[in-house]
Amino acid sequence: MKATNVLEIVQLSKKWKDFSIEDVSLKVEKNEYFVIMGPTGAGKTLLLQLIAGIHTPDKGKIIIEGEDVTFLPSEKRRVGYVPQNYALFPHLSVMDNIAYGLRAQGLDKDSAKKRVISVAEDLGISHLLKRKISTLSGGEQQRVALARALVISPKVLLLDEPLSALDAQTREGLRSYLRELKRKLKLTAIHVTHDFVEALELGDRLAVMFRGRLTQVGSPNEIIFNPRDELIAHFTGFKNVFDGVVVEEKDGVSVIDIDGIKIFTITNKQGAVRVAIRPESILVARHPVTTSARNMLKGVVQEVIELAPHIVIKVDAGIPLTVYLTKSALEELNIRVGTEVYLLFKASDVKVF
Amino acid sequence: MTIGCDVLRRPFPAFFLSFSVMGSLLILALLVPLVVILISSSPADVVKSLRDSEVVGAIIVSMSAATLATCIALIFGVPLAYVFARKEFRLKSLLESIVEFPIVVPHSVAGIMILLAYHSRTPIGHILSNLGVAIEDSFWGITAAMLFVSAPILVSTVRAGFSLVDESYEHVARTLGASQLKVFFTISLPLAFRSVLSGAILTWARSISEVGAILIIAPYPKSAAVLVLERFEAFGLTAAKPLTVLLVVISLAIFVLLRLITKR
Repeated sequence: MKATNVLEIVQLSKKWKDFSIEDVSLKVEKNEYFVIMGPTGAGKTLLLQLIAGIHTPDKGKIIIEGEDVTFLPSEKRRVGYVPQNYALFPHLSVMDNIAYGLRAQGLDKDSAKKRVISVAEDLGISHLLKRKISTLSGGEQQRVALARALVISPKVLLLDEPLSALDAQTREGLRSYLRELKRKLKLTAIHVTHDFVEALELGDRLAVMFRGRLTQVGSPNEIIFNPRDELIAHFTGFKNVFDGVVVEEKDGVSVIDIDGIKIFTITNKQGAVRVAIRPESILVARHPVTTSARNMLKGVVQEVIELAPHIVIKVDAGIPLTVYLTKSALEELNIRVGTEVYLLFKASDVKVF
Repeated sequence: MTIGCDVLRRPFPAFFLSFSVMGSLLILALLVPLVVILISSSPADVVKSLRDSEVVGAIIVSMSAATLATCIALIFGVPLAYVFARKEFRLKSLLESIVEFPIVVPHSVAGIMILLAYHSRTPIGHILSNLGVAIEDSFWGITAAMLFVSAPILVSTVRAGFSLVDESYEHVARTLGASQLKVFFTISLPLAFRSVLSGAILTWARSISEVGAILIIAPYPKSAAVLVLERFEAFGLTAAKPLTVLLVVISLAIFVLLRLITKR
């Protein structure tokens, strides 16, 4: 069956204050949860605001359900927008906040109330309806803001860093809440975040945005395992990035020399290259072991850092490598600063740019 | 932490003590005239002056002209304040300066400026007087003088209020289907309401206290502040006192109301 695009963005560009987006094109299908990730200042919010109609683009087109809405005012687009600060109207109750869109569209008070009660039930916030906005916790505010955006049955839901203002524990709870909501309501949404883990957990498809451009769009696996460039690799968690030279290629396996250390990898690139290895792809052993991993480097632990949820160890193996371990692995292997270790990783886990 | 609490519990340090003493002298200087005027006239004198038809007439003129000036300032000033708070455009700072200019002009000078621009023989004044709104020696002249000197206060107070309303409220309301006008009346204005109210009260109070411009444009019909001046000049301090007390009480009541609204 041919997928239906709810949203299509064609070569969109906009400069606004210190932010800009350049030549952004993307398509979001019906019932697709699309996550755009990128560092602060990448232009993610500006892109959402362009889709919401808060700004008009300098160039390009925005098409929602086949209709060109590029210059249509916000109120005629039917998009649900949840900004980073939720922007719940402080002078209205929770009920009136959620009902605002329905009333603005001319629905009578009783029908609006019925619809609000039904959406509040779906979102598990019925108990909050009579509360004042100022009495809500961060997590509650987030749910109310979602309800207010969803009650108008938007064609597409736009979520701007919806979890970033929350503490770690609430964030975790709301992440699963959003996952559940996405499944139950079959949301068509664009969610922007700077948190890679959030993107992986929620996104059906991901896009990476840097300096106003979408640098890669793909499935979570494509982004994690085939980052298109070094910037994406670094952003998605590749901590070990080095410059090297391809010195040999045999049977599909290449050897890269990094400061005299030989690394096996699978690439068809030649000459000077840059390589990246994710910390969680590296195994740690106290003794040399024979495995299918083509790379085994001997090194000495330089630093052990407890950084929940894992332990980070930094090893000098001729090149400085960062490795993640669990606390129990650290204790079982009796690793501390100065311990001699062997680091193993597969040739296919070495990403070459 | 106990260290912080200890610092707070410490007796008033010498530094703040000396500053407070200096500040108290200023408070005292401001308070003395207020206390003196309130105790120097007996309530009976004040009641008696309320029976004086000229006094009552002057107070009615002042209050109604101030109310009208405030309403006009609200109708035209609130939209202007919103534009200033929300939009950046060429000549914006020039327009802002024009609006603020009356604050720095001596009020007698303001009176002459208004009279020269709008008296019945000027093109605009001619049209206005044909509509029955001639400014010379009329209620409309008093209102015009009050509006000229007080409108800048309304615009700047309301503008500050709108600037404090996070624009994201308006953005979200628009995405929910509300038109720009509906957003203004259901989101922006209610959220800036306290500033609009305090702006209106300040405008009204400033209008009531105006003398200089009114004396040039419309010394008749007599407004309250002009009558105080006239009685003082013609009959001396004692004659001016009861009306002065009345005006002080009215001003005080407005001031207390303003403080209550803005502190709530």
